[in-house]
Amino acid sequence: MIFTEKHDLIRKLARDFAETELTKDILDEIEETGNYPTELLAKMGKAGFFGVKTPKQYGGQGSDYLSYVIIMEELGRVSAVTDIWVSAPNSLGGGPLMLAGTEEQLNKYLRPVATGEGIMAFALTEPGAGSDAGGTVTTAVKDGEYWVLNGRKTFITTAPVADWSIVYAKTDKTQKGSRGISAFIVDMKLAGVSCGKSEHKMGIIGCPTSDIILEDVRVHESDMLGEEGKGFSNAMKTLDIGRIGVAAMSIGVAQGALDEAIKYAKERKQFGKRIADFQAISFMIADMATKLQAAKELVYRAAQLKEINSPESGTAASMAKYYASEICNEIAAKAVQIHGGYGFIKEYKVERIYRDCRVFTIFEGTSQVQQMVISGNLLKK
Amino acid sequence: MAVKIINDKCKGCTKCVKECPFDAITMIEKIANIGPKCTNCGACVDVCPFGAIENVQVDKKGEVDITLYHDVWVFMEQRDGELAKVSVELLGEGGRLAKEIGCKLAAVLCGDKVDNLVSEIFEYGADKVYYANAPELKSYNTDAYNKAIYEAILKYKPEVVLLGATHVGRDLGPCLAVQCGTGLTADCTKLEIDPENKQLQQTRPAFGGNLMATILIPNHRPQMATVRPGVMEKPVKKAGAKGELIDLTVEFKDGDIRTKVLEIVKGLTEVVSLTDAKVIVSGGRGLQSGDHTPEEGFALLKQLADKLGGVVGSSRAAVDAGWIDHSHQVGQTGTTVKPTIYFACGISGAIQHLAGMQNSGYIVAINKNDGAPIFDVADFGLVGDLYKVVPELIEALG
Amino acid sequence: MKIIVCAKQVPDTNEVKIDPVKGTLIRDGVPSILNPDDANALEAALELKDKSADVSVAVLSMGPPQATYMLRECLAMGADEAYLLSSRTFGGADTCATSTTIAAGIRTIGAYDIIFAGRQAIDGDTAQVGPQTAQRLGIPSVTYVQKIREIKDGSIIVERQLEDGYEVIEVKTPCLLTAVKELNTPRYMSVSSIEDAYKAEVNIWDENNVNLKAEDCGLKASPTQILRSFAPAPKGKGEILTGTNTEMAVSLVGKLQELHVI
Repeated sequence: MIFTEKHDLIRKLARDFAETELTKDILDEIEETGNYPTELLAKMGKAGFFGVKTPKQYGGQGSDYLSYVIIMEELGRVSAVTDIWVSAPNSLGGGPLMLAGTEEQLNKYLRPVATGEGIMAFALTEPGAGSDAGGTVTTAVKDGEYWVLNGRKTFITTAPVADWSIVYAKTDKTQKGSRGISAFIVDMKLAGVSCGKSEHKMGIIGCPTSDIILEDVRVHESDMLGEEGKGFSNAMKTLDIGRIGVAAMSIGVAQGALDEAIKYAKERKQFGKRIADFQAISFMIADMATKLQAAKELVYRAAQLKEINSPESGTAASMAKYYASEICNEIAAKAVQIHGGYGFIKEYKVERIYRDCRVFTIFEGTSQVQQMVISGNLLKK
Repeated sequence: MAVKIINDKCKGCTKCVKECPFDAITMIEKIANIGPKCTNCGACVDVCPFGAIENVQVDKKGEVDITLYHDVWVFMEQRDGELAKVSVELLGEGGRLAKEIGCKLAAVLCGDKVDNLVSEIFEYGADKVYYANAPELKSYNTDAYNKAIYEAILKYKPEVVLLGATHVGRDLGPCLAVQCGTGLTADCTKLEIDPENKQLQQTRPAFGGNLMATILIPNHRPQMATVRPGVMEKPVKKAGAKGELIDLTVEFKDGDIRTKVLEIVKGLTEVVSLTDAKVIVSGGRGLQSGDHTPEEGFALLKQLADKLGGVVGSSRAAVDAGWIDHSHQVGQTGTTVKPTIYFACGISGAIQHLAGMQNSGYIVAINKNDGAPIFDVADFGLVGDLYKVVPELIEALG
Repeated sequence: MKIIVCAKQVPDTNEVKIDPVKGTLIRDGVPSILNPDDANALEAALELKDKSADVSVAVLSMGPPQATYMLRECLAMGADEAYLLSSRTFGGADTCATSTTIAAGIRTIGAYDIIFAGRQAIDGDTAQVGPQTAQRLGIPSVTYVQKIREIKDGSIIVERQLEDGYEVIEVKTPCLLTAVKELNTPRYMSVSSIEDAYKAEVNIWDENNVNLKAEDCGLKASPTQILRSFAPAPKGKGEILTGTNTEMAVSLVGKLQELHVI
């Protein structure tokens, strides 16, 4: 068995929370207004969802990656956007700090991120540098005790509401590619920091995304995260955790789509029988369930390997993210198909699921980037 | 009785494992083993193809000489000098049981100057009334009522004591049973007398209404039961009927009464007398459908109920979801109802709900899903969207 | 202040279905849960603990060894200690015998000010074990508690739910209170409290640990006896009305009128 009794209880917590708090009315309101209720975020913080793996001494829960996966899975089953809010502090926000933060930085920044009192964005992507982080053109130039940052980061999740952001910037222009990049913790209230307009997205509405613009932003040297020039490695290791997070939300959201498809197939009648009694539908459901189970095994394995810091964990995380996000889209599309015309109507849950999961094969490394990582690891020797 | 496995006969077929409602049987080295969850319900005994499970007699503690106990007693619940409906129903049922046993029917009445109720109780068929009259007994108080009735039971030794399964009866019954060292069966829906040994057979729903269990109290007295309101028939009043009145003298000392009722607040929650209603229109999970909110649904059901002079009920799911107050809940953990017509709208028909309404005169089910279990108990089934069907019904009623 | 909460692990009876062909229970996949009313009882104790640092909460249950899972859930919600009364000897107990065992467990835990229990368990729905335990301990009880108004020195003022309202009762401590759903909303566990709950100890006691003789426990001490159990008989299949919504409505009204019920 992969899971212990403790994990069963974690699942119970997350499922009870999702079923009680994430009601249809609340989710519809989030979709309509684009605002995620702060009370709900506070409740999630109290339940410990924002710092699952974070050590207790920094305000976290001291649990493990499997617990994180389970929580993402159960919340995502009901609401994809909720998973974005949960993954942000656990992976992209908290991850870089846990990897490289000094004792002082951990107490100052990781603690509020883990409890939900503060929000940390992760600013790596730039208009001209997506998965190819080596193309980073944001710069940081030393001026006394300060670093002066200039540049533009794009598609930054939670940027408009963030208190701080991890910003990756080139500190040594003489170095090529991914070298010479350093990480900084940037207070979003500093002079020269501004956000672009919130993007109008296809899905996961309720968690704002925007650009971050840096114009002569003076960051104190104590807010450099990790060693100078080691920023790229920090970002890449963070993305490993991020990929497990996206993989976990994929299996959760896919489970939600499958649940809806099964329910509808048993209710809907055509030609005098339940549509579930037509082989065309029942075999589709068999395929969906089988692929979902395969994806779950990949995700659980990736979490276990990450837990023991196995050298295979990077490949495992990419495989999990690649497969789970792809089949999540496939399952969501089939769930819409099974719903027929109703699947195209916003009243039915699968319509939102279909839009929400579209980004899963894109963010934190597209499927094609995952293929590059996996094949690269296999072929490098 | 205790259920035992005869190891030599067990072939390890696991039929009993699947049958056990309490998940109490496991296989150990291919032989069935009964674990601590067993309630000795006997379900496995009947299903074993090899006769490898038997019910054996167990000597029990605290047995009494049952021949010393006589008469059927009914606890008369009164509030503000009015008899509770269920107590009157129990006089009818108690009278029937007393006749079958061949004994008298007695009522136990506690209150402060509620003498006027005594004649009413006789008119409902009691042969005797045991009457405890004291200021401390004006309204229900656990310690005071417990003391008065326990002393009467000790002195007069009834063989059966029945109470209504109300918030009062379900408080008093357990305390009395422990004091008397006897058994109590809660929430009975059927009472019978074994013609051979005159024992009371008490049938109640168990396991959330998924099972019915018939329970005996063979060697302890009195045999105590609480009975759900609305299940038994109210007796016909015989004007001028008389019987024997026995005064119970109770003295309360300091420390006898450890709880004090400071205030009684009534009717803050909307009074829904589900048990008295002739027509009940209930809604369930199906009220949330498409654009429609549950509030809208209950308002629609209220319109139909008003049209028929009925009241609104609900399933447990609707109460749990917070759509409507618990006082509206019909079912195993709510109220048992027996209206002339019961409308189940958007209720799938979970066992726990059916347990509380299946004895209704006529059941009308309105549900989108024609496979819903509610249609198995319905006299009239309407497959369709309640938000379309119910307005049509209101229209058709004129 | 010491509070003891009585809790039971029960099958989630809402999840139980009946096999439509065989008429038997389908038990597969029915989860075991903390009895809902008991969760309200625990929450009531934890709310008192939130208000005052000197409150400690112990949870006591009787059941098979698997019930430790439910007790860990109680620890994860915030209880300080957990005790499980578990022994083959306790098997087959009715409410009368169960209350003897629970009372013995409470005496063994030691001095207490308040005992909270749920109104009733969803597998039996008897509502007896709470008040019966109080009787055996010789302390007063209030059932159906929907609100705790005031904790005084030597007494507590509570609201007791009635069918059509409530009564306000002052009860001397130590006492036993049974909680209804309306009393509160049970809190969530948290991830870290679950981690801690799995590091804590659940004390498992048998009859010897609580100074009970075997003949005072379980089946042997149960006055009630199950004669038989059976699935409730469903009524015969009724009539499914057909046609448009209007036709069905008109047809139903006609039929009910014919039957002289409307």
